[in-house]
Amino acid sequence: MSSIEERVKKIVAEQLGVKEEEVKNEASFVEDLGADSLDTVELVMALEEEFETEIPDEEAEKITTVQLAIDYVNANLG
Amino acid sequence: MSIKDKVALVTGASRGIGAAIADKLGAEGAIVIGTATSEGGAAKISERFAEKGIQGVGKVLNVTDADSVAALLKDIQGEFGAPAILVNNAGITKDNLLMRMSDDEWFDVINTNLSAIYRLSKACLRGMMKARWGRIINISSVVGSMGNAGQSNYAATKAGVGGFARALAKEVGSRGITVNTVAPGFIDTDMTKELSDEQKELMQSQIALGRLGQPEEIAGVVAFLASDAASYVTGDTLHVNGGMYMS
Repeated sequence: MSSIEERVKKIVAEQLGVKEEEVKNEASFVEDLGADSLDTVELVMALEEEFETEIPDEEAEKITTVQLAIDYVNANLG
Repeated sequence: MSIKDKVALVTGASRGIGAAIADKLGAEGAIVIGTATSEGGAAKISERFAEKGIQGVGKVLNVTDADSVAALLKDIQGEFGAPAILVNNAGITKDNLLMRMSDDEWFDVINTNLSAIYRLSKACLRGMMKARWGRIINISSVVGSMGNAGQSNYAATKAGVGGFARALAKEVGSRGITVNTVAPGFIDTDMTKELSDEQKELMQSQIALGRLGQPEEIAGVVAFLASDAASYVTGDTLHVNGGMYMS
C-alpha cells in the first residue's frame, strides 16, 4: 500500500489531467494545476471514494492545495 | 448510445404525465424507477411495469424530504446503479388568489415543485459527473410562461425550473450532462380535471390544434431529450402545448 501522500497525488494527477511530477505539495488546484471550480468538486468526490469517507461541504471548500488534501486525509482517517 | 439499460428516475410516476413518461422510457429499454408518495402507489407502478414488460420498479419518495431523497438514491444505486436520466415531474397545485393565499399554499407548492428539483438534481449529479453522461429533464408548465390567475405559486415554480435548468446546464455541460425543461400545455390528466368547465372551454379555445394534449405527447418529447438525438440540446425549454402559447 502506498502512502497517503502518494495516493492523494495520484488522484490529483488523474482528476486534473496533469503529470504526477507537477503535483507538488504546495500546488494550488486552481492557480497552479488549472482546475476550475467543478474540477475541485470532482476531486473531492474522488478523494472521498479513494479513502472511503464523506468530506462535508464546508471542509471540502477549504481543501485548495495538495498539502491541504494530504493534511485532511491524515487528520480524519487512519 | 441509446437509453437502453440506462437507469432513469421519474418522480411522480403513478399517474398522468409522469406515468406516461416512465412507461415511454421503459418502452425504449431504460431501467425505470418511478416514484409515488405512498407504498400503494409504488406497488401499482411496479405492477404496471411488470404488465408492460418494463424493467424497473416503483418506489416511495417524498420529494420534499431530503432524507427520503438520500435513502432512495442509496437504494437505487445499490440495486440498479446511479441514475443517468432524471425526470423531475412530481408537482402539485394549491390554487388561490394571491390575496387569499395562505403561507402553506405558497410554501407547499414551492417545496414540492421547485425545491425538490434542487434536492433530486444535486443527489443525481454525482453519478452523472462520474459517468460523463447525464440527462436532467424538468417538467414545467405553459403557466410558467403565460401566467394564470389563481396560480401565482404554481406559475412561480414553473417559471423557476426553466431558470434552474439554464444555470445548471452551464455548470455541468462540460461533463456531458444536459439539463432541459419541457413545458406542457393543457394535458388531459387528473390535474387538469380539477379545472372548472369555463376554464377548460376558455383554454381549449386558445389551442391552435383545438384539443387537449395526451400525456403520451409529453412523454415522447421527454424521450427525445433523453436520447442521443438531443445530445446538443441543453438549457432549453420545449413548449408542448398544441399552439396554445408560442414564444
